[in-house]
Amino acid sequence: MELSLSTRTVDDHTVLEVGGEVDVYTAPRLRERLVELVEAGARSVIVDLSRVEFLDSTGLGVLVGALKRLRAAGGTLALVCGHERLLKIFRITALDRVFALYDSVEAATAATGADAGQSA
Amino acid sequence: MPTVRLSFSPAPAHVRTARLVAVAVARRAGVADELLEEIRLAIGEACSRAVALHRSQGTDSLIDMAMNNGDRFTVRVTDRVSDSPATTDPAAFLGEAPAAAEVPESLAEEAVAARMGLTLLAGLVDDLQVNTLADGLGTEVSMSWPVTRKPTDA
Repeated sequence: MELSLSTRTVDDHTVLEVGGEVDVYTAPRLRERLVELVEAGARSVIVDLSRVEFLDSTGLGVLVGALKRLRAAGGTLALVCGHERLLKIFRITALDRVFALYDSVEAATAATGADAGQSA
Repeated sequence: MPTVRLSFSPAPAHVRTARLVAVAVARRAGVADELLEEIRLAIGEACSRAVALHRSQGTDSLIDMAMNNGDRFTVRVTDRVSDSPATTDPAAFLGEAPAAAEVPESLAEEAVAARMGLTLLAGLVDDLQVNTLADGLGTEVSMSWPVTRKPTDA
């Protein structure tokens, strides 16, 4: 399935819902959207990966890039990732210790304050 | 002789095709369903690595993916880039503890992705080998998985 991206606002948070496959072919579009959001002033970004069917290292690279960009701008990035299939990828690469990972958008918004980038 | 062979130009769009083909052949070969997701990811990483190498060298030559079913399901992904940097060898990541839990500040996104790709390959595939081709002009990433069901083709 192709990549799908949609953005919504929940309180002060910008939620980017990602669906489909994030790989070497589609990841540049995800990067572009995340850069746009930060440039447009978003500082609390939640990337919802619940509907992602496939995620590879290129997608991880883009998420790491977004985390760096947001931190440099004084912002935070949280990821919503419920299924084991994706969590395994974060564990193998030790990125589960780098990203703030949540089960749901609600959990992410509840936990995301000024220190969301470091906690969880 | 490989059971199925796919050659593709180093375009990112073809990596998805390679993943789909590999999983379809693995399923037919009798690989357990619970391994198919790992195979999909591992093949994707091996092919993405090859595509990145070809593109970094500006070569249009084809990447080869050869699948064999026998006692095990074996996939070989071959690039045609000589002198690939040592950091692109997944074997270098075998047995290594997961990368430090910090954002590698100094690395560009592509470099982060390449490193994560190798970590994933090494972490996902028990039987992983990387060899330089006999002519020195490329590397072969070889992976295999057990076959536990009766193959559904001849």
